[in-house]
Amino acid sequence: MTPLAPQIVNLLAAILLLVTFAMLSQRRILSLIHLFTLHGATLVASALVVAWVTHDSELYYSAALTLALKVILIPWILHKLILRLNVKWDVEPLINVPMTMLIGIVLVIIAFNLALPISQLSSSIARGTLGIALACILLSFLMMITRSKAVPQVIGFLSMENGLFFSAMAATNGMPMIVELGIALDILVGILILGVFLFQIREQFDNLDIHNLEHLKEED
Amino acid sequence: MDPLLWVLFTPLVGGIILGLVGQRDTAPNLNVVCSLITFSAAVILTVRIINNGPLFSFGKLFFIDPLNVFLVTLTAFVGLTTSIFSRPYMRVERDHGKMTPNRLRLYHSMFQLFMFTMFLALMTNNLGILWVAMEGATLATVLLVSVYRTVSSLEAAWKYFILCGVGIALALFGTILLYLAADRQLGGGTDALLWTTLNAVKSHLDPAIMSLAFVFLLVGYGTKMGLVPLHSWLPDAHAEGPTPISAVLSGLLLNVALYAVLRFKVLTDGALHNGMPGKLLIGFGLLSVLVATFSLSRQKDVKRMFSYSSIEHIGIMTFAFGIGGPVATYAGLLHMTVHSLVKSAIFFTVGHACQNAGTQVMADIRGLVKVSPTVGWGMLFGSLAILGMPPFGVFSSEFLILTTAMRELPWATPILILALGVAFASIFGRVQGMVFGETTAKPLAHSPALLPVFAHLGLALLLGLYIPTYLNLWFLQAVHMIVR
Repeated sequence: MTPLAPQIVNLLAAILLLVTFAMLSQRRILSLIHLFTLHGATLVASALVVAWVTHDSELYYSAALTLALKVILIPWILHKLILRLNVKWDVEPLINVPMTMLIGIVLVIIAFNLALPISQLSSSIARGTLGIALACILLSFLMMITRSKAVPQVIGFLSMENGLFFSAMAATNGMPMIVELGIALDILVGILILGVFLFQIREQFDNLDIHNLEHLKEED
Repeated sequence: MDPLLWVLFTPLVGGIILGLVGQRDTAPNLNVVCSLITFSAAVILTVRIINNGPLFSFGKLFFIDPLNVFLVTLTAFVGLTTSIFSRPYMRVERDHGKMTPNRLRLYHSMFQLFMFTMFLALMTNNLGILWVAMEGATLATVLLVSVYRTVSSLEAAWKYFILCGVGIALALFGTILLYLAADRQLGGGTDALLWTTLNAVKSHLDPAIMSLAFVFLLVGYGTKMGLVPLHSWLPDAHAEGPTPISAVLSGLLLNVALYAVLRFKVLTDGALHNGMPGKLLIGFGLLSVLVATFSLSRQKDVKRMFSYSSIEHIGIMTFAFGIGGPVATYAGLLHMTVHSLVKSAIFFTVGHACQNAGTQVMADIRGLVKVSPTVGWGMLFGSLAILGMPPFGVFSSEFLILTTAMRELPWATPILILALGVAFASIFGRVQGMVFGETTAKPLAHSPALLPVFAHLGLALLLGLYIPTYLNLWFLQAVHMIVR
């Protein structure tokens, strides 16, 4: 095992965290999709490094799968969607950006503390990055909570999946192939269904503001 | 041929075929035929398991033991009766213009695919595939929840998708942690996620990782079970979709999610020995029972009310499995069975009642006994059964749970009894108003299918009076799988 490889993985993990923060602060939907593509690309790069070092052929396949799905196919679908739906305007977050960033930092600290005892038990070369993976998941959560439009919520959902993939790699060099394939299938079907949904919501309301979807209350 | 293949692939093939021809007039019959084949295969499979013990299939990819075969049969049975019920129901919906041919095709196809994902989740031995199947079950039903395209149904479906998506993502993180624990013990590979393999080495799994994994898994699958405070999607999704879907979501999907939690509980108990999983289940269960029963009286929509009742009952089951031990576990399994039967029967009657009155608002549904007596009496008896009146089966299981709680957790008993009392007052008052009284509504153009309602209630009655020896043996074997 070269001593350089864990360093590269750590660097890529740091980039991943940086991109997640950038997504959290980004207001334009188009830039958000670009950032999401970058997020996926970083993930693929780190999977390749881990695969190279561990000679794990399954990890090459899952890197290829991630490349096809999260760097090429899903961003392409999202581009098509926003073109068809014509939603390129700015996103107005529910909480202002500096506040979101501060909450994000707190979440990162929580994630690091939670992951510390587990990563010591792991034997993966990427184990130091489990905290970052968990932080990405929590930050994506935050993104879903703080955005009021449908498309950014979807991107938050997808970047959470990226974080999960990264944590699987950090903990155990990736899940068994059959599970990876199943997860990829679920994500693909999920994004297609979401696409159908966005059209249905728009048909109903003429915009994609989730505020429209707050009528179901107990007293109705 | 292997009956397991029939159980698994009939719904898959049926779903694909119905995706092509689901709009035709014969599609409802095809739907029933698929469900009937699945049910017959499930019965054959059950007989084999009870007589010969657990078996593997496809190498070790599928594992059938008394615990999951019992749920497979229950799922196949309720699937069959729901498909029978949906024939006249969907005809009326079509006449009212609520179901277009395209929507009917979507409905029939997704119904079968939903059954497929549930069977896959129940029978797979691989805990990663279990996750994939649970997510698949959400994906199959989410478009059905929004099938009427009304504002509220879109909202319900969006909530369902996003909240369950987030929940299931947490479950995936839990599965990853579990794999990490297994990796240290078994050295990775596909076998390391097999439940049977993990069960064999469960006492050697790392306690620190396992406890964290269980928390993530419980929160994740608990979202799908509708445990409070992760339940806010459930009443919306169950109330806004077409009624056959409400029946299978309430009657079956909750069971499957609970089954997943039980499998993980067995592993975590083996690794920990401190009863932490049980305590968590007791806590979540009691909270769900309390919050759900006190929400019942505030409901105006009949389907929402019965959805909250589902949360209450899933809470009771979670509580029972949390206490653990043979008696409470037996009661929990019995409660799963009778709740599935009775709740889906109630949704069948509610579906026809709403079609009759043209609304889901309880205040506007009146005089069901006059306009269509069987639906009215079905709803009345169903409600009595779900409220735990003897001689129905819910009484037996709740009685067992309460008596065990008195011995094991005396402080929890008054809370449960209070909750059951509140539930009785809230539901019975409303149902009485809907069943009796005067009405001007006309009977439906297509007479409702009553076989499902009374078959379910009859079985629930039978389970309350007498549990056949064969069934008893089956339950005991399943209890043995969980408690050990």
